[in-house]
Amino acid sequence: MDYLTENIDSLNQKLAAGTVSADELLQASLDQIDEHKNLNAWITVDKDAKPQTDLDFKANKLAGIPIAVKDNIVTKGLRTTAASHILDNFMPVYDATVVQRLRKAQATIFGKTNMDEFAMGSSTEHSYFGLTRNPWELNHVPGGSSGGSAAAVASGQVVAALGSDTGGSIRQPAAFNGIFGIKPTYGRVSRWGLIAFGSSLDQIGVLSKRVRDSAEVLNVIAGPDDHDATVSERPVPDFTAALGKDVKGLRVAVPKEYMSDAVDADVRQAVQKQIDALKAAGAIINEVTLPYTKYVVPTYYLIASSEASSNLQRYDGIRYGFRAKDTKNLMDVYLKSRSEGFGEEVKRRIMLGSFALSAGYYDAYFMQASRVRTLICRDFDNIFKNNDVIVGPTTTTPAFKIGEEIQDPVKMYNNDILTISANLAGLPAASIPAGLSDEGLPVGFQIMGQRFDEAHVLQTADFIERSNKFYQQKPAGLED
Amino acid sequence: MKLTREDIAHIATLSRLSFDDKELDKFTKQMGEIIDMANQLQAVDTKGVPATTQVVDRDTVFREDQPEKWQSRSEMLQNVPDSSNGFIKVPVIIDKDDND
Repeated sequence: MDYLTENIDSLNQKLAAGTVSADELLQASLDQIDEHKNLNAWITVDKDAKPQTDLDFKANKLAGIPIAVKDNIVTKGLRTTAASHILDNFMPVYDATVVQRLRKAQATIFGKTNMDEFAMGSSTEHSYFGLTRNPWELNHVPGGSSGGSAAAVASGQVVAALGSDTGGSIRQPAAFNGIFGIKPTYGRVSRWGLIAFGSSLDQIGVLSKRVRDSAEVLNVIAGPDDHDATVSERPVPDFTAALGKDVKGLRVAVPKEYMSDAVDADVRQAVQKQIDALKAAGAIINEVTLPYTKYVVPTYYLIASSEASSNLQRYDGIRYGFRAKDTKNLMDVYLKSRSEGFGEEVKRRIMLGSFALSAGYYDAYFMQASRVRTLICRDFDNIFKNNDVIVGPTTTTPAFKIGEEIQDPVKMYNNDILTISANLAGLPAASIPAGLSDEGLPVGFQIMGQRFDEAHVLQTADFIERSNKFYQQKPAGLED
Repeated sequence: MKLTREDIAHIATLSRLSFDDKELDKFTKQMGEIIDMANQLQAVDTKGVPATTQVVDRDTVFREDQPEKWQSRSEMLQNVPDSSNGFIKVPVIIDKDDND
């Protein structure tokens, strides 16, 4: 079974016809994981996992299909660590809503993918379980924080994986690995059971080679949930209905800030080709401006870190997680458990958040960032008055080298400049491959839509997929 | 504003984190660079602009206060680092010296 040339529909047909079994599909995933061990895309794999019984291939497209789950989404009886030492022995006693829904759809859940610790990072280098490599070029990063999910899909270990996206953590690794990834609208998918990082920004989404596969998974996981009151009660459409359409008359905005010379020339060129293809097919291209783009990185890092510092207070070494030894009082338990349990990047974010929320600095930092967030949201509202989607590059560069940015947090944070706004404004956004850079690394094309308008995002991505057929290419690093 | 080593040590205490001298030096430098970046926001005129702290499309959600069966005692204790007779064990919370 070659997952690189399969998709959910093709696998579903084979399963229904009996030419392959769910056990064989799971074994194919386990074999591929073994084959690509050097990528280190997984934290935990349950080799004893079994597909469900009484599979109904007609009712459930995902029945018997192995789906990867990022390791910050809790899975009952399957270790969940968020790639942190502080949770390295954590065994959830319940399933996240998205996992419950995948199980109800009879998907096979068998393993957890690597990530930056607590989803804080853009390279999957900040994992307690070691870094993940990019299947296109093994000494480059896969992006992050959903780097394990992206590398697992790009190297054919699974057809689809769940990820989470707080500031670009699905779209940036999708771009770096030459696959599709979508962060739905904030409030489209339940966060219950997602280990919290930035609660007003976090959203679970999907990574897959093919657009349709993500739409199929989204159909299963989206929708209201009694356990998460931030999920919208709006009806969830059939996301596959947006596929296979033309783009005639589609109003496409291109922010000039996203095509400035801060973006590598070869990245811009690959992106421009997709814009030209949209135009040639009858889409209306409008150049627009997002004047607050230069402020999105500091705005995001203040807000996300403030929320993180609050969310991560719960790791105190008492009820679950790592507890330091040789402590002399309660304060000592907190200090030692947290200092030994958290990695450096997580500590930096907690520190930044504590600072931004502390007496004397709260108004100048957290509140000022929250006010600038309003201005950023208004920028987008204005553009969507006259446009259906906003497009541009997903990242300013293709995948960078391992070790290249890890010592320079500010440089690392600036990676997220093009993806962060969708989180601040709660918009649905996706990345679809645009082609290869001069170095032969994948370039991502980002598509953002209005809140709850995943349909236009998927429609545009599907058009790009059909026009450039990038999915036919295989990662160069797999040849090694 | 410029963060001093003492400021960083104070923020570390607020964060329930402790650093040795070397780490403190490193964090002082890195946090300084991050705060420099954050200071760019001071140039934005936000007079009269309300804050956005969430982008949820629902108001406060109410539900019936109905009990439901959830985790059992043994499940709830499954991840506790140290327990005894169904209780969570914690270290002494007062310094041994203070008891003398």
